[in-house]
Amino acid sequence: MSTIVVDPVTRIEGHLRIEAETENGIISRAASTGTMLRGIENVLIGRDPRDAWAVAQRICGVCTLVHGIASVRAVENALAYPIPPNAELIRNLMISAQFVHDHVMHFYHLHAMDWVDVVSALSADPQAAADLQQCLSPWPNSSASYFSDVKQRLSGFIGSGQLGIFANGYWGHPEYKLPPELNLIAFAHYLEALDWQRKVARLHALFGGKNPHPNFIVGGAPCALGGTAGATAVDDQGLALVGEIITDMRRFVDEVYIPDTLAIARYYKDWAQRGEGVGNFMTYGEFPDPLSGADEMGRLFIPRGVILNRDLSTIHPVDLSDETQIQEYVSHSWYNYSGGQDQPLHPYAGETRPNYTGPQPPYDNLAMDQAYSWLKSPRWKGKPMEVGPLARVLMLYASGHETTQTLVNETLTELKLPLSALYSTLGRVAARTLETKLIGDQMAVWYDQLLGNLQSGDSRTHNDELFYPDTWPSSAQGAGYTEAPRGALAHWIVIQDRRIANYQAVVPSTWNAGPRDAQGQEGPYEAALKGHRIHDPQQPLEILRTIHSFDPCLACAVHLMDLDGGSQIRVTVS
Amino acid sequence: MSHDETFTEFLTRRGVSRRSFLAFCTATAAALALPAAAARELAANLAVARRPSVIWLSFQECTGCTESLTRSGEPTVEALILDHLSLDYHHTLQAASGEAAEQARRDAMAANWGSYVLVVDGSIPTADGGVWSTIAGVTNLEMLRETIEGAALVIAVGTCAAFGGIPAAAAVTAPNINQSGARSVGELMDAGEIVTRTLINVPGCPPVPDVISGTIAYFLAYGTAPELDDQRRPIPYYGTTVHEQCPRIWHYRNGEFAFAFDDERAQQGYCLYLLGCKGPETRNACPRVRWNLNTSFPMHSGHGCLGCSEAAFWDRALAVDGSGFTGSCFYPDVRP
Ligand code: SF4
Repeated sequence: MSTIVVDPVTRIEGHLRIEAETENGIISRAASTGTMLRGIENVLIGRDPRDAWAVAQRICGVCTLVHGIASVRAVENALAYPIPPNAELIRNLMISAQFVHDHVMHFYHLHAMDWVDVVSALSADPQAAADLQQCLSPWPNSSASYFSDVKQRLSGFIGSGQLGIFANGYWGHPEYKLPPELNLIAFAHYLEALDWQRKVARLHALFGGKNPHPNFIVGGAPCALGGTAGATAVDDQGLALVGEIITDMRRFVDEVYIPDTLAIARYYKDWAQRGEGVGNFMTYGEFPDPLSGADEMGRLFIPRGVILNRDLSTIHPVDLSDETQIQEYVSHSWYNYSGGQDQPLHPYAGETRPNYTGPQPPYDNLAMDQAYSWLKSPRWKGKPMEVGPLARVLMLYASGHETTQTLVNETLTELKLPLSALYSTLGRVAARTLETKLIGDQMAVWYDQLLGNLQSGDSRTHNDELFYPDTWPSSAQGAGYTEAPRGALAHWIVIQDRRIANYQAVVPSTWNAGPRDAQGQEGPYEAALKGHRIHDPQQPLEILRTIHSFDPCLACAVHLMDLDGGSQIRVTVS
Repeated sequence: MSHDETFTEFLTRRGVSRRSFLAFCTATAAALALPAAAARELAANLAVARRPSVIWLSFQECTGCTESLTRSGEPTVEALILDHLSLDYHHTLQAASGEAAEQARRDAMAANWGSYVLVVDGSIPTADGGVWSTIAGVTNLEMLRETIEGAALVIAVGTCAAFGGIPAAAAVTAPNINQSGARSVGELMDAGEIVTRTLINVPGCPPVPDVISGTIAYFLAYGTAPELDDQRRPIPYYGTTVHEQCPRIWHYRNGEFAFAFDDERAQQGYCLYLLGCKGPETRNACPRVRWNLNTSFPMHSGHGCLGCSEAAFWDRALAVDGSGFTGSCFYPDVRP
């Protein structure tokens, strides 16, 4: 048996470490470790609940608004505080813009280098790349001279000898399978996506004043609509720009992101058979339709629920306030629970008491059988859950959403893959792309609803009826749900005497990247890595592919350690 | 580097991993369809015309500062990383992971000793021996200590690296108000915990995209830091309050204020001071440089300034004895 350690896992948000034990080159056991703690939940205690969004939002600058949304919804849930339909629509537009922006950036800037060999692009024939691009989609940047320029820029860069962000990549690894022309196209789109994302982030700036970290407010949206030209950012011209941005987003998804995903997936179909994880999937749901007469759950575009053991015939209901459903363990985490380490806690009663018991730094290895992470282990009715794009697409599929079913079936047919291919590393990548289209297309609907409301004379964006704390009950508690790009996210708040008495956030990457629980059940990352054959332990590209397919939101590490001869080999991941 | 010495020998002498460099040259030569012998020649040619090396360390952070940099319009992040800089270590953007990433950092330090730019985002935890944040098994403080030695210039990007930020915000229930002992780069320098180098603070949560890239561009053009104020902030960006640059200031001077976030006065762009705007006490460039390709800034869209580029802006409502919060840090009660 050997152990592979990767620390830092890069091209993610935050600090993640992975240790994987291998037998005959196959991973038999893995440990996922979050190595950084800021203790934001403790920072929130004692504050005015209306301030919580601004602090909580800083949990993450990548999925930059999701914690702000979960936070204002938690307070609104606690106070039974209704918000105007326009505010709901503006939030829908901001959340969906985050999905489209974040998924495209993840694909090109964080995940692509696991599949695309940048150095191989240097041997591409620009004319052949142009021919290929023209078959893929009507996207206009498709001439031989365009690809010749991109190639020249790349060769000038690499020829300078200063490889910058490309230094020490696994270039030339035999697991890279794309032809040079497709590698060149992907590199061109790496650059184009940087330019595109900058433009589409303007949607957040219009409604929220800035991106990253746009502004929110308990009780609605902090952008008054309906003023005269130039009075605010969201005058008629600003609203028209929102429409243009939505069009640009959808076009890039249709003509670049989807065709690239399909083109690349064709070369990696073996990845449709590994990397599944735990086989259970959970969503909290997202995108309430404020104009629908349905009940709270019925008005969600993405439904809330749990799928167990790949069984798409049954969707189990999820209740965030039921203290027996969502619970967090700290049996393998660096925390103390006052009632004992193996007793899980519901977030309303949750505790964040750091208790580091790992080795003193600098260290080479963590002890997988003891506590080994700053992440807790959240469970739904005692079971580990995968959250994220795959969970959402499965939930839409299982609940009978026709557009989703058509999109999924057509994609699988085109790739000649069965439905079971979704339960894999490649399935996760494809699900992310498909939901980007579903959500991006839906943006046009919410945008039209917003304009329609305004035209009919409703310009309300904030309800200040319950904004001031003296209008509140002396104690209250609430849960705020959202779907972050990386999966189900909720914040739980307990309010006493108008201050925060307890605050807990259970984030998507905690569901996916958390350590084992008291029963020894692995989290999704750990389960997904099992069975991977590592071609070259010095270059564990396979580990990065599966871990990145979850789009981690923390910093990671993976180590290889040879336990056979009792010696430990620290492996270079390059 | 003497004339007789090859580049690879030069690199070896500086402790750069020769194996990984040559492997790369070989792969590149092959991809360019050059004969195998050309790899050595390629390696030798690579010695000329170097772009300034940048090592970017991320500690107790949220990656918002990096995200902000990618939104910069002038110069763009593509131009910076491909044409102007050599971004040799950056967790979010670099291809290499694990030990190969750490090797890239050591290589860049050795090859550019005394001349590289060190960028830091996130605060540095000092409590409990630094276990609150480690990278490759090493504490943040240790990594900073090692990396700052050979730096010509240090840029602390974001309020966390510049002033401690959220990790240093008050946790009134914890044994210490600043639970993890989060420190800014400047605090560690002033305390002698790390060596002293020229330091530029670029605060903001996150900073305006074009302020980050503009500060870097200034260094590229002039080889030095712009003029700094007493908090080490570039005066061109932090010389005045956002209030003085805000287009709503005419309403402020006329006593025209919004009382609710969607009242008619808010719709007409009246001043947000009574709704909690911290513009008058915040130094930054938001209204002038504006966010996201000149699109907007907080007060232009309708929420007051949070004051995110000022030290301890999270704790404005903390009681002087630190025992608790006296109210909201952001929202005063404006009801008549
Ligand atoms: S909105 Fe804020 S920054 Fe602008 S004038 Fe009013 S107080 Fe000053």
